[in-house]
Amino acid sequence: MSSLSLSSGALRRGGAAVLRLLVAIVLTLAGLLVVTFFIGRVMPIDPVLAVVGDRATEEVYQAAYKALGLDQSLFMQFWIYVTNVVQGDFGRSVLTSRPIVEDVLHYFPATLELATFGTLIGVCFGVPLGIQAAVHQGKWIDQVARFIGLLGYSAPVFWLGLMGLLVFYAKLDWVGGPGRLDVAYDDLVDPVTGVLMLDAALAGEWEVVGNAFSHLVLPSAVLGYNSMAYISRMTRSFMVEQLRQEYITTARVKGLSERRVVWRHALGNIAVPLITVIALSYAHLLEGSVLTETVFAWPGLGSYITASLLNADMNAVLGGTLIIGVTFIGINLFCDALYRLVDPRAKS
Amino acid sequence: MTQAPHTLRGWLLSSDPQSRRQAHFGQAYRRWLALQRNPLALVGLAIVLGLILVAAFAPWIAPYSPILQELDNRLLPPSAAHWMGTDDLGRDILSRVLWGARITLTVVALVAVIVAPVGLAVGVIAGYFGGWVDAALMRVTDVFMAFPRLILALAFVAALGPGIENAVIAISITSWPPYARMARAETLTVRQSDFIAAARLLGASPFRILWGHIVPLCLSSLIVRVTLDMAGIILTAAGLGFLGLGAQPPSPEWGAMISAGRRFILDQWWVAAMPGLAILVVSLGFNLLGDGLRDVFDPKQK
Repeated sequence: MSSLSLSSGALRRGGAAVLRLLVAIVLTLAGLLVVTFFIGRVMPIDPVLAVVGDRATEEVYQAAYKALGLDQSLFMQFWIYVTNVVQGDFGRSVLTSRPIVEDVLHYFPATLELATFGTLIGVCFGVPLGIQAAVHQGKWIDQVARFIGLLGYSAPVFWLGLMGLLVFYAKLDWVGGPGRLDVAYDDLVDPVTGVLMLDAALAGEWEVVGNAFSHLVLPSAVLGYNSMAYISRMTRSFMVEQLRQEYITTARVKGLSERRVVWRHALGNIAVPLITVIALSYAHLLEGSVLTETVFAWPGLGSYITASLLNADMNAVLGGTLIIGVTFIGINLFCDALYRLVDPRAKS
Repeated sequence: MTQAPHTLRGWLLSSDPQSRRQAHFGQAYRRWLALQRNPLALVGLAIVLGLILVAAFAPWIAPYSPILQELDNRLLPPSAAHWMGTDDLGRDILSRVLWGARITLTVVALVAVIVAPVGLAVGVIAGYFGGWVDAALMRVTDVFMAFPRLILALAFVAALGPGIENAVIAISITSWPPYARMARAETLTVRQSDFIAAARLLGASPFRILWGHIVPLCLSSLIVRVTLDMAGIILTAAGLGFLGLGAQPPSPEWGAMISAGRRFILDQWWVAAMPGLAILVVSLGFNLLGDGLRDVFDPKQK
């Protein structure tokens, strides 16, 4: 009886929390729209010229001016923008003359592939490094880990990418060059998911998988180094805090092996915040990919946004920016929810 | 205490300061001593001081003009005459890197001067007044946090037009939210303190309480945060320059120099490598210093 009322109370509180969260999401999304709309209006580039070209006649110009809704009041323009976006209409790209949504869906998987591999590399190296640094706090390995981490924070990714290409592609020929595939392998595999390695594996084209991998390794290693820096640092600070707790002493007194104490007891307790950190670094890789994709001629969302930018194609820039913003919010909310759900300490 | 009271060191380390000034100096000296125990932080400090000196004396240190083109000397490898080689227009890369320090320092200084006060003001006001003021300000903060920094800066520069001033504005617009978050959190922890209540009872205005009592308490976290942020600002500015949206040619901005050297990466690697090295060293310097400062300023870490 009492437990029932307790759970219904918890349910009501949970409902209120969900409602608050929804309001927050809607407000943030509305804010995103205001910001992108504002950016689109203050720019000095004439959006009409971007559509009709600078040799258009006066009538054509006026028609396009009307068609873009630029003769309406600012508020009406915002309203049109919002209704279009809500219906999934971000306009057309001047560059590819396809709807922005189609473009984004076409380019996003490549970015996702890069960010996923980058995160994998970051986790595989960052977590053990952070743990070792925490276990041997103040020793040389801690200093080395700290330095490697700070170096990762400090190196410009586009420069690292260029140097990587110079050394590992041009001089040593260990990895593939810019792009996702060698020219010889182009169009051998039909895109299903857009994630090239997955598509090739599904089609059974193992040679293509190998080639795609050789192209993927370097850009994702560059991104992964950046995420490793963040992950190892956070792992270390979580771990240092856990190792000071009394339950760790208890486990040691009980006679457990040091490995079990560290990798099982302590790591188990930092799992939740660590997952949050990993998810956040994943979100940041979407951002880091803008520069990395430019360097490696990787046909992802980042190079799409920059290419559009240099062509004054604001529809594409804002559409891409908005979608990355939404993805960002999504990942943040997911972390928040995960944290609350899994860690009982976060409930109070 | 066994310390001689009449030396400067004894005066600074006195456990019983006679004046507010002595206490302030003493605290600063103790922090300096703590920072000195961290060799990496000292390396960082040396790099940052080096950057400032190079920027200040670039015209006297640089062996050649950063913009004068000598087409006979195109793409020379590093040598005794040109320590970092020359670029595709025959300009000495070392001189350009040294002059570029001015641009980098200007960008970080301007961004810090704009961002820190704005973020601090938004944060303490939100934290102190609470209620709908807090909700509204934090929602705005969330919106700006929701964009990845570089992409938002990219969109702003695209809208404002390329150039170093616009890059500074764009980076500032995207960098203040974390400061607001931090200042708000700090404010929330002291808002209910007795000394704030006492000040309020004595009739102090909200502005006086914020400026005189709360802002000073936020300052040490602010300093640490600014120092650690510098590296990110440098990288963002260089990234914008690399994409052609920051400083415009022929200005010797490091990111733009890397971008220009990209075409020659296979045979004349030094054109792109050298400015990148400069970015790496300087942002590493800020990171090392910031890391050291955090240990000194934040006793919770110990």
